[in-house]
Amino acid sequence: MTAVDERPAEIGNRRLRKEDQRLITGRTKWTDNITLPGMVHLAMVRSPFAHATITSIDTEEAKSAANVVAVYTAADFPDGIGACANAWPITPDQVTPDHLPLVGERVACAGEIVAVVVARSAAAARDAAELVDVEYDELPAVFDALEAMKDEILAHPDKGTNKSAFWKLDSAEAGTGGDVEEALAAARNDGVVIERNYRQQRLIPAFMEPRSTVVDPTGEQITMWSATQIPHILRFLIAATTGIPESKVRVIAPDVGGGFGGKLQTTPEEFITLAVARRLGKPAKYTETRSESLVSAHHGRDQYQKLTLSATKDGVVTGLKVELIANLGAYVAIIGGGVPVLGAWMFNSIYKFPAYQFNCQTVLTNTTWVDAYRGAGRPEATFGIERIMDDLAAELGMDPLELRERNWITHEEFPFTSVAGMTYDSGNYEAATARAKVLFGYDALRAEQKQRRESGDPVQLGIGVSTFTEMCGLAPSRVLGSLSYGAGGWESAAIRMLPTGKVEVITGTSPHGQGHETAWSQIVADRLGVPFEDVEVLHGDTQIAYKGLDTYGSRSLVVGGEAVVRAADKVIEKAKAFAAHLLEANPDDLEFKAGRYEVKGTEAGIGITEVALATFASHNYPEGIEPGIDADATFDPDDFSFPHGTHLCAVEVDTETGQSRIRTYACVDDIGHIINPLIVEGQVHGGLVQGIAQALWEEAVFDENGTLVTGSFVDYTLPTAADTISFLTENTTSPSTTNTLGTKGVGEAGTIASTPAVVNAILDAVRHLGVQDVVMPCTPERVWKAIQGASAAAETTAEAQPHFDADAGNADTGSTGEGNDQ
Amino acid sequence: MTRITVTVDGQKNVDDVEPRTLLVHYLRETLGKVGTVVGCDTSNCGACTVHLDGRSVKSCNVLAVQADGHEVTTIEGIAANGELHPMQQAFHECHALQCGYCTPGMIMQAIDLLNDNPNPSEAEIRAGLEGNLCRCTGYHNIVKAVAQVAGQKGGE
Ligand code: FES
Ligand code: FES
Repeated sequence: MTAVDERPAEIGNRRLRKEDQRLITGRTKWTDNITLPGMVHLAMVRSPFAHATITSIDTEEAKSAANVVAVYTAADFPDGIGACANAWPITPDQVTPDHLPLVGERVACAGEIVAVVVARSAAAARDAAELVDVEYDELPAVFDALEAMKDEILAHPDKGTNKSAFWKLDSAEAGTGGDVEEALAAARNDGVVIERNYRQQRLIPAFMEPRSTVVDPTGEQITMWSATQIPHILRFLIAATTGIPESKVRVIAPDVGGGFGGKLQTTPEEFITLAVARRLGKPAKYTETRSESLVSAHHGRDQYQKLTLSATKDGVVTGLKVELIANLGAYVAIIGGGVPVLGAWMFNSIYKFPAYQFNCQTVLTNTTWVDAYRGAGRPEATFGIERIMDDLAAELGMDPLELRERNWITHEEFPFTSVAGMTYDSGNYEAATARAKVLFGYDALRAEQKQRRESGDPVQLGIGVSTFTEMCGLAPSRVLGSLSYGAGGWESAAIRMLPTGKVEVITGTSPHGQGHETAWSQIVADRLGVPFEDVEVLHGDTQIAYKGLDTYGSRSLVVGGEAVVRAADKVIEKAKAFAAHLLEANPDDLEFKAGRYEVKGTEAGIGITEVALATFASHNYPEGIEPGIDADATFDPDDFSFPHGTHLCAVEVDTETGQSRIRTYACVDDIGHIINPLIVEGQVHGGLVQGIAQALWEEAVFDENGTLVTGSFVDYTLPTAADTISFLTENTTSPSTTNTLGTKGVGEAGTIASTPAVVNAILDAVRHLGVQDVVMPCTPERVWKAIQGASAAAETTAEAQPHFDADAGNADTGSTGEGNDQ
Repeated sequence: MTRITVTVDGQKNVDDVEPRTLLVHYLRETLGKVGTVVGCDTSNCGACTVHLDGRSVKSCNVLAVQADGHEVTTIEGIAANGELHPMQQAFHECHALQCGYCTPGMIMQAIDLLNDNPNPSEAEIRAGLEGNLCRCTGYHNIVKAVAQVAGQKGGE
């Protein structure tokens, strides 16, 4: 093979995305763009109350309004219309209230749907929805997780408790480490114990495309288009909860405008649209407004965290105990109970804790249900551990990076079995940190910080550190099975070799902005030796990709991409028999390279696309072999992969106004081998801003009646271009050992790492003024108050705060937050 | 119903619309110009941004009747003779989009921004895009794309 024939490797190439062409010209297929003959439009009638009995619903006036086709309530569907399932009961006795799409008797949170109006246009449906007269009897309601813990007011009175489940991991019991109580006791005697309460406020995923569903009941199969991350799981759960045979349901996720976990739910709106379309025998569409989206699409985070960490006086950590109280909202969403539990393997992070204990209590409240939001359990954990590591460094008067280095797993120690029982595949924290320090200008910024502190500058500089790891690639099916997760974690792929030389790749993942079409094409182009342009990636349609587990948890590349590799390898193997036959050679004498089978030591050879054409005709093929070279593969990893990174953030805090401004943000992420650096950078940038937004701006706030105060984009303040800065991002490479590509997930890294980096930076700027905590989002008002409070209480600051004391400066009652005006 | 005459992406349209119809709904539902999208109900997100007589407007904030006798340009009308508009090209080259939902509005706003200020600083670009939300990109590459187009123009 001469160098001229060599195509440059696609993997590692900054390929511009294939997806872009349609997206930048307005030819995108969003669900809401779909119009079908005779299509009817839906508007939902939602409860304004957080907890109430429905005493009557009068739909007469709405029914007689212009262009209204029908109005339905739960009473119109005595056999039900399916259910929003919980797919991960974290304990066998988890309290799991029934979650019906259309509520007939009692609403358990504001925004629940009590009636649906069907009309010839969306505007007519919305107008008529105002005419539906619903009478409610209000019930006492509980919103805050700590309040709910008291079981005084019940979110679901029939359940008798708000406590849904308690889940524990103890390293002594599991045999993965020592006894944490012993470690704490020893450190109390001769060492350091840090005890902290942190608050993970509630967030809203706020994908930009509002959710939309179109159902076409005409034809043999019912087709549902939906703005979802999970077409395959949705199809399964429609069949499982409505009784419609799975083979009669086709679900399509066309172009989907962002998800971030927020679209991995099976929603009441999907079930209702399906029911209406079936009842009327007409295509039906529902598209939510943004205000509906903010209150009725699931929320994220919302935890109270208590961390107790022990260390020796010279900064070697000896134990970590975590106690979480997680607010699930009104129902246990599809993986709502499991999300906080994912933190079990992550609080210990990159550090060699000899003893560890994780406790998680989930509770039900009369608020919007809570589920995965970008990072799902890992940002919460990373926030807790990175905050307390900085607090320990401050306590010991150590540089926070030095403290981390003293405790982290060194690169020679991989694979490393953590105290939580996970095996970290690979990593090099030293290398990523060293590079991040250079990129950031760590020493110069520390010098500036010192100078500003000494001169008493009203604008103080803080440096925040976050060295994180995460487990990604949901996931090994056997592991999921052992956790009672309702599904597997495998992924599927198929490759079709078309006679014209084009290649169709079918993937069970379901992208919504991640660029799988481009990245998968790069993988296949390299593997099969075909041009990048000749590869077409098909996804998100259960009739095309009949098998798959969709996209979430940074799993698509590490599981789904690997499935593509396996399918390609099968094609190469199958085509080899044909090639040998056509070349009249022994298969063992063939070598496959750059898309061609060559007979070793000769000039004779044939391209794989020529073989594809020959199998299309199948005029001449070997005996005993089927005439085709297409292949499919299912990949189930043996283990997770563990990306990591070092994030450094410099924040200027104006101590007179509390205003903070990010000056520099540098991060070096190690995500193993990179398929497309351009896409990776984009994922990191987007992730960073979402994580920074949690630190500085975003919070879902309910008032004392359970009404979502941040119910529109006026009040739920997403960051704008003007709020943010450009970032310094780089990568180091420790190839994963759990897939052959050596890749690790990157979709969630930025979000996981950045929140504690920013908050640590703010605290680093004002810690010398006596501030120990600022509750997120760190608004100027909160920062200012913390500075004022610290100087007032300077003499009386206790060493450790009592657990979840509402009066403590670092506990937030949540339900009546101060809003997040910046 | 009110009769309006609106030229959209070069095509003259005559339609009867309800006076309350928003321009974005007229574009999407009456004309099938679904390249322009809706992201909010409070005029905060900018996903619906189009040009009205060459200036950017949020089409959810304009009534269809207000466009009577005017010219509207949408994301579908800026590529000419099979050539992408330089801003579309730059968004592609700089990876300034992920899910692409904000992209039509973002591109229309970015074009308007440079029409106003052909040589903006990074801060000016950021301020000029403040009315357009993107949840995916973190804005980094969007800002880069706009700067790239400004640089090309400056260099001409
Ligand atoms: S749709 Fe959000 S500003 Fe127009
Ligand atoms: S690219 Fe998804 S919202 Fe901007």
